[in-house]
Amino acid sequence: MSARTTTDRQQFTGSMRFLHWLMAAMVLAMLGIGIAMVASLGDYHSLVSIHRPLGILILILVVIRYVNRRLSSLPPFPATMSPQERFAASASEALLYTLLLVQPLVGWGMLSAARYPIVLFGSLHLFPILPHSVMLYAVLRRTHTFLAYLLFLAFVAHFGAILFHTLIVRDGMLSRMVPWRVRAG
Amino acid sequence: MQWYWSEQLPSDSTPSAEKQPAPLSRGSTLRRLVGIGVVILCVAGGFLYLGGWFSPQKLTPARFVDEFERVGGIHSGFRRNHAKGVCVRGFFDSNGQGARLSKAVVFQSGRVPVIGRFSLGGGDPNATDELSIVRGLGLQFSLRDGEQWRTAMINLPVFPFKDPQAFYDNLVASQRDPNTHQPDPAKGAAFLASHPETARALAIIKSHAPSSGFDNTAYYSLNAFRFVNADGASTYVRWTLAPVPPYEAGTRASQDKNLLFDGLIASIQQHPLQWHLVMTVAQPGDPTDNATIQWPEGREQVDVGTLTLDSVESEETSPARDINFDPLVLPAGMAPSNDPLLSARSAVYSQSFTRRTGETKEPSEITPSEVRK
Repeated sequence: MSARTTTDRQQFTGSMRFLHWLMAAMVLAMLGIGIAMVASLGDYHSLVSIHRPLGILILILVVIRYVNRRLSSLPPFPATMSPQERFAASASEALLYTLLLVQPLVGWGMLSAARYPIVLFGSLHLFPILPHSVMLYAVLRRTHTFLAYLLFLAFVAHFGAILFHTLIVRDGMLSRMVPWRVRAG
Repeated sequence: MQWYWSEQLPSDSTPSAEKQPAPLSRGSTLRRLVGIGVVILCVAGGFLYLGGWFSPQKLTPARFVDEFERVGGIHSGFRRNHAKGVCVRGFFDSNGQGARLSKAVVFQSGRVPVIGRFSLGGGDPNATDELSIVRGLGLQFSLRDGEQWRTAMINLPVFPFKDPQAFYDNLVASQRDPNTHQPDPAKGAAFLASHPETARALAIIKSHAPSSGFDNTAYYSLNAFRFVNADGASTYVRWTLAPVPPYEAGTRASQDKNLLFDGLIASIQQHPLQWHLVMTVAQPGDPTDNATIQWPEGREQVDVGTLTLDSVESEETSPARDINFDPLVLPAGMAPSNDPLLSARSAVYSQSFTRRTGETKEPSEITPSEVRK
C-alpha cells in the first residue's frame, strides 16, 4: 500500500470514505452470512443466494476502491503514531485489501473448479475461472473458510485499533474516516 | 456537517494541529480498555454465535453428515448417502408443453444433453443390492449458455420425513446396536409414535411394491417446486419420471450382489431406456411444504417430454461422480417451494460433497469392466 501522504487534508476524500463505509457494511454482512449459512439447514439456500452476488459485488468494489485510492491524496498519520504503529497500520491495511480481493476470487474459483453454475440472479451466471477439478475445489473450499476467519480477525484488529485510538489515545484518528466532514483544528 | 463528494477542505485547514486532550486517569484508562475488550468480545461472540458455536444441539449440515457417517461409515471419496451407484448419459426431448408452466429453457421444444447417476440409498458403496433399498436417480440437464437444472429423485411416491429434524431423528433411532448389529426396535417404534406423518407415508410407500429394476421404476421429485412462466405466473408442481417399460414386480431370484445394477447395465446395452417427465400441478391449498403428503387424485398432469438414457459408465470414469445433484441448482423459471427439506438437502449434499471431494477416491463396486461385461 502506498505510504503517500499529503499535509493539506486531515480526512480521506469523500469517495474513499463512502467506499470504506459501504464496503464495511457489505463485508460485515458477508462474514455473518457466510458463517451462518454453513451452519444452517433451513436458511442455507436463501443465504447462499445472497452470498454469491454480494461476493462478486465486493470483488468489483475493491478493485474500484484500490484504483480510487491510488488516484487520491491521503491524509497524514496522526502525530501520535510511532513508526512501528504506522508500519502495522499500513501492513494491516494491505492485508485487508488483499483479503477483500482474494476471498471473492477463491469463492468464484472453487465453484468453477466444482463446475457449479455460478448464478448471480435469474439466468445471469458467471463463467468458470478455473479448470474442472474436485480436488482443487476441496482445497479452495478449505481456503475460503480459512480466509474468512483471517478476514474476521483482521477486521477485529482494525476495529480494536480504532477504538483504542478514539477512546484512549484520543488523537482524532476516527475523524479521518467518518462519513461527515470534519474541520481540522 | 457536509456529506460525501465534497472534495474541497476549507482553506483554513492546518496540518496535525490536534489539541492535546487532558490525560486520562489510570482508572479511567483501565475502564476504557475493559470497555473496548467487552465490545470486541461481543463482536467475536456474535460472529461465532451465528456460526452455531454456542448451540451444540442445533442441527447443522456438518452434524447431519456426521450422523450419516456414524450410520454408514466413512468410505473414502464416496457420497455419504446413496454411495453405491453407476453413471449414465442421454438426453431430454422437450415437447414444449412445459413452457406454459415454466419459462425455463429446458421446457422449450428441443433436446438437451443429460448426465445422471443411478444409486441405492445408504452409505456403503459396496452394499448388496436389495429390491427394498431406496433407488435414486440424479440428473443434470445442461442448458444453453451454461445454465443447468439438477434434480435428485427417488423411487418413493412420498418422503417419509416432513422436515430435516425428523429425518435426523430417524437416522439416530435407526442406528445399529454395536452388539446385535440391528437397530433397536423400541427406538424405531418410539419414532413412529411421535411422527404419525411418517407412519402414514410408510403406508403409502408399502402399497407400491418395488419393481424388478432401475429401468421400470418411477422416480419422484418428492418436494414441490415453484414454476414461473413467461407471463410471471407461479404454479406449484411436483414431477415424476414415469417409465416407458411396464411395471414388473421384483423378485430376488439371483444371488448376484449387483442384481439391480447389472440388470440396468444389461438393459441399457440392449436398448435406450426411456421415461416420460410428468408435471403434477397443485391446486390452491395443496400442501407444498410437506413431502410426506400426496396431492389428491385428479390433479392436472402435464407430460413435458421424454428422457432417454442410452449409455452407462462406471463412476470411476464418469464425470457424474463429481457432480453434486443439488436439487436447488435450478434454471431461471424454476424456484424452490417453501418445503423445509429443500434448503436442508442443498446444505447437506454440499457438506457431503465437500468432504468426499477432498478424499482419495476408492474403486467403485460397479467397475468399468463390470459395465462392459
